Amino acid sequence: MPDLPLLASVKLEQVLVLGGFLFAIGLYLSLAKRNAIGILMGVELMLNAVNVTLIGFSRFVVSPRPLDGQVFAVFVITVAAAEAAVALALAVAVYKHRDTINIDEIDLLRW
Amino acid sequence: MIEDTGIVVAFWVLALTTVGCAAMVAAVRELIQAVLFLALSFIGVAGIYIVLSADFVAVVQVLIYAGAIAVLMTFAVMLTPAADRKNSETTFAGPALVLAGLVLSVIVFVAYDTSWNISGRAAFPSTAASLGEAFLKPYVVPFEVASVLLLVAMVGAIVLTKEESADA
Repeated sequence: MPDLPLLASVKLEQVLVLGGFLFAIGLYLSLAKRNAIGILMGVELMLNAVNVTLIGFSRFVVSPRPLDGQVFAVFVITVAAAEAAVALALAVAVYKHRDTINIDEIDLLRW
Repeated sequence: MIEDTGIVVAFWVLALTTVGCAAMVAAVRELIQAVLFLALSFIGVAGIYIVLSADFVAVVQVLIYAGAIAVLMTFAVMLTPAADRKNSETTFAGPALVLAGLVLSVIVFVAYDTSWNISGRAAFPSTAASLGEAFLKPYVVPFEVASVLLLVAMVGAIVLTKEESADA
């Protein structure tokens, strides 16, 4: 496809831009959403974006141990699972006391 | 650089699906639909991993993200029935959108402006064996720490959501 040089091959730059899109959407979700579960979804998307870039670097960049990127991605997934479990437990615990998980109504510590 | 036509087409289809589903998470007005689009986006990311010859990580992604975390989020939505489920935004939506756009443009600029040290390496063969070796040889300490972290997170989640007994 000579008329579409951008689309004709998969290069590191395109993987990084894909990761950038996912990260930006995750950042927007975690900053803008009102529901605590929505915020958590944004955090998970950002972690996924980082994993995409790690795997992309592992595939394309010169390195003495190229599989290290995939090892780091598995560690990120582990930490993300732990973080999701604790964060959702926190949301349920807050809901038991306040009957809401909207972050703009949970303002006990606001000055 | 991957030039195999099938893989290139798969990459673009998966990339569009992933980003589109992620955008739908922000756009839909029903929280449970947002969770489902998020699960779809996770599966798309797993496909991207396969394109980038990370087969083991792709399986882990489907199991943990599309399986465990999506189910966990669905449960969290269902356990908070009286909470607002409209997936609405706070007053920070405008600034957050501007900030996300700025971050995206910086990432795109850096990605294209840097001269990366690209190798012409072929795709990895199956990675599970060499990943297992990496976990149990150079990365054995972080591997064990991760297992302790999972245990602590599990105990913490149980303690946080436990019903308080009458005599406590």
